[in-house]
Amino acid sequence: MKIHEYQGKELLRKYGVNVPRGVFCASVDDAVKAAETLSGKVWVVKAQIHAGGRGKGGGVKVAKSLDEVRQYASQILGMQLVTHQTGPEGQKVRRLLIEEGADIRKEYYVAALTDRASQKVVMMASSEGGMDIEEVAHATPEKILKVFVDPLTGLTDGQARELAAGIGIPEASLPQAVTLLKGLYTCYMETDASLAEINPLILEGNGTIKALDAKFNFDDNALYRQEAIFAYRDLDEEDPNEIEASKFGLAYISLDGNIGCLVNGAGLAMATMDTIKLFGGEPANFLDVGGGASTEKVTEAFKIMLGNKNVKGILVNIFGGIMKCDTIANGVIAAVKETHLNVPLVVRMKGTNEELGKQLLKESGLPIISADTMAEAATKIVAAVQ
Amino acid sequence: MSILINKDTRVITQGITGKTGQFHTEKCQEYANGKACFVAGVNPKKAGESIFDIPIYASVKEAKQETGATVSVIYVPPAGAADAIWEAVEAELDLVICITEGIPVRDMLLVRNKMKEKVARGGKETLLLGPNCPGLITPDEIKIGIMPGHIHKKGRIGIVSRSGTLTYESVAQLTELGIGQSSAVGIGGDPINGLKHIDVMKMFNDDPDTDAVIMIGEIGGPDEAEAAYWCKKHMKKPVVGFIAGVTAPAGKRMGHAGALISGGADTAEAKLAIMEECGFKVTRNPSEMGRLLKSLL
Repeated sequence: MKIHEYQGKELLRKYGVNVPRGVFCASVDDAVKAAETLSGKVWVVKAQIHAGGRGKGGGVKVAKSLDEVRQYASQILGMQLVTHQTGPEGQKVRRLLIEEGADIRKEYYVAALTDRASQKVVMMASSEGGMDIEEVAHATPEKILKVFVDPLTGLTDGQARELAAGIGIPEASLPQAVTLLKGLYTCYMETDASLAEINPLILEGNGTIKALDAKFNFDDNALYRQEAIFAYRDLDEEDPNEIEASKFGLAYISLDGNIGCLVNGAGLAMATMDTIKLFGGEPANFLDVGGGASTEKVTEAFKIMLGNKNVKGILVNIFGGIMKCDTIANGVIAAVKETHLNVPLVVRMKGTNEELGKQLLKESGLPIISADTMAEAATKIVAAVQ
Repeated sequence: MSILINKDTRVITQGITGKTGQFHTEKCQEYANGKACFVAGVNPKKAGESIFDIPIYASVKEAKQETGATVSVIYVPPAGAADAIWEAVEAELDLVICITEGIPVRDMLLVRNKMKEKVARGGKETLLLGPNCPGLITPDEIKIGIMPGHIHKKGRIGIVSRSGTLTYESVAQLTELGIGQSSAVGIGGDPINGLKHIDVMKMFNDDPDTDAVIMIGEIGGPDEAEAAYWCKKHMKKPVVGFIAGVTAPAGKRMGHAGALISGGADTAEAKLAIMEECGFKVTRNPSEMGRLLKSLL
């Protein structure tokens, strides 16, 4: 799960990380009031969407008067903000963060994430803040420093100091940076985050170290015990189909193609998408119906796939293990009837009670195309949608 | 022979009294030598009782002492699963297989580091398979986990995969071609897990009764590449490779917590290229895994 920048900063503040003063607002009038409350001469108007790259897309503006605050706030609120992470349609801006201006002398990068290979938490830092860190990693990998933190002991003062000094934070500001890094680490662990990134982290003229941005991802598996984090969830930022799917325990992700697919198991679902592509088609979604594919679940899955107007055909690929193929067949038949399916449907079933399942589909009298292998199923559905 | 388990393996089931644990324990008992293999269950509240004639003990330690079991399988719900793993490690079992899906990553991170720290100070090493995995099977001998037993056939091909249903897919293709399996191992789809592709490849390489291997991976993480580089230097047997997720977009979690493209090196294409470079017979068509392997024998 992702959260907004203003929520991330709220979290960081709780863990002793310095952040600029700011006010979150949802209207232009509130934005001007916020700027008045913050006082000062310079304000930053920042679009709050979950995608990165907001500045480049025109979603972050520096205002030098209250009139400019009003002007920028009205430009940004309600705009379709397009960044490299939103896709071409962009994301509608519904919220703003108004912040006091910062006296930026130097920009750095710091982040915490979990490293699969070493099974440690990695604290990353770079002197090249404010840029896309993947570009830095590609062009100048030596400018990214890493320390591997044993979660049983936590980030030590020594490690934090090594990182902060390593990226060139001046001696006088090092104690602040150490406190900040330790706060970031503790925040990362205690909130069950899977990514906590501050880019840029800034050094101000008076030596203050501050987090100018905050990006968090959280482990979905841990949300059950993170009520405060879960309360940050913003459904406006998520795909409505994916939200609907999650209510039924379906893992669904929208894609750009026109062939809907319903599969049991994440790996097989990806392999099915790949096979469709291999035979000249484009998958419209990833959908893992999971282990207990009941009639209700299959019907909901059909409704969600058909909610995507691009879908011109559906491929069902089920490996019946514990779940029997005849149960799945009954689910598919019920779903076809309930959704009045009017696009071609190819069903490939394998495994337990395969013959019984196929027979049920055949006897249903519905125009269901049967296939034996994934390749055959893909060939048939690709032909059917053309 | 086989890897990790055989007909003489004795198994403790943690979470045997839950719905999932009961269902699969019964299926495992019915498979091959299962009646003799599944010897104990654990539930502190139901110690002294039994289920399917399997005695229930208060702790893994006690179950091990009473039955001599060396392996456990875990169906405990996510919130308590990491503690269940640690209990099995403290009881000094040889192997723990964690089926549970949805364990918080932080819990796995902590228990994996505790396991490594125990070994570092000279303690016994307990291997972990999973979590979020289907388990493993040695056909006609023993099945520990949730895979459908009847699709397997005893033979000499090893299979290792992150995905459950994709493992079944490859097994079924082989069986249809009349080719049997030595062991089929599901290592699971989570980012922080126990045995990785490389560990299982080493075991298959050392197993005199495995002639060739199908290695199946997914997008996300460095594990498949690591295994491929090891194989390039050490693997004496032919390997067929497949990676799911060529069509998966970056930044989207494809069902499995671990199936998420983060950098540029963990895409399916990148992994396929590395596997090819390391001498694997790679296919981009998952329907061809079985036939491709047959062509190598």
